Amino acid sequence: MSGDRSLVRDASLVWLASGIVGVSFGAVSVAGGLPLWVPVLMSVLVYAGSAQFSAVGVLLAGGGPVAAAATGLLLNTRTAAFGLAVAEILGTGRAARFLGAHLVTDETVAFALAQSDPVRQRRAFWISGLGLFAVWNIGVLAGALAGSALGDTARYGLDAAFPAVLVALVLPALRADAAVRRCALVGAALALAVTPAVPAGVPVLVALAGLFLHRGPAARKEASA
Amino acid sequence: MNATVVVILALAVGTYAFRLVGPVLHGRVTVPPRVQELASAGAVVLLVALLATGALTEGGGFAGWARPAGVLVAVLLAWRRAPFVVVVVGAAATTALLRVAGVA
Repeated sequence: MSGDRSLVRDASLVWLASGIVGVSFGAVSVAGGLPLWVPVLMSVLVYAGSAQFSAVGVLLAGGGPVAAAATGLLLNTRTAAFGLAVAEILGTGRAARFLGAHLVTDETVAFALAQSDPVRQRRAFWISGLGLFAVWNIGVLAGALAGSALGDTARYGLDAAFPAVLVALVLPALRADAAVRRCALVGAALALAVTPAVPAGVPVLVALAGLFLHRGPAARKEASA
Repeated sequence: MNATVVVILALAVGTYAFRLVGPVLHGRVTVPPRVQELASAGAVVLLVALLATGALTEGGGFAGWARPAGVLVAVLLAWRRAPFVVVVVGAAATTALLRVAGVA
């Protein structure tokens, strides 16, 4: 199917970037003194890049296990909202739901929601999700084995690639829907404003306050009347 | 069982529970259309907040100029409807080149 080919082509960039970030996660963890199985097991079971980086960061900084787990969980609370948004897309079977839930990540949700029709959304979710899971875990293992040989990934501008992926994926939705655009811009401004003052993971949750500006169809009708 | 294993398992179980809320509730409770609408809008709000904080901040402070400049190039390219590949590679290349030029 040519539609699938274009999905794979677009997803492969996300895979490539995530694979390299996975390599750096494995390398950072092992170079910091954690045994090889820690980043590898964490990547399979937790499977959430930002939460893994911060949990390992807290562990390596001597912050203790409770702080490490709490930081990671706080960062991952957003996956609950993402799970609600893609529930329809996953499919109705038990296996699809239980396996699909584990594949809910920022990139996969953005990739699925960016597609135009439900069939393509479902294919986009599964193609990007399964591929990302494979690439992420292979990357982490490779990085953990290679140790710190890779050097600083900031040199390749990878830290800009991730926000750019999100830009490419959400811009069509922002363009098409003025109500969503207003909420998102206000939410992002709130998130940026509180970032210096609150723990990691909290700013994006604060952004959800932007949804208060989202009026339902009834309210919109009243306003225009 | 050592403390690191407990961290990994707690994080894994908690994260999976978060992820499972939507898929498990789906089809069991009738979600009002308004809530469904808010959930989709909420996902976009979260993604835009992630990209904004990811583009501009690092560890609670400013991320430096190279990264936001790359992301700005991505916004311009995506606005002109450039292909996905061009948007992402354009952003990374801009940031990488700025760093070569000595911009942090």
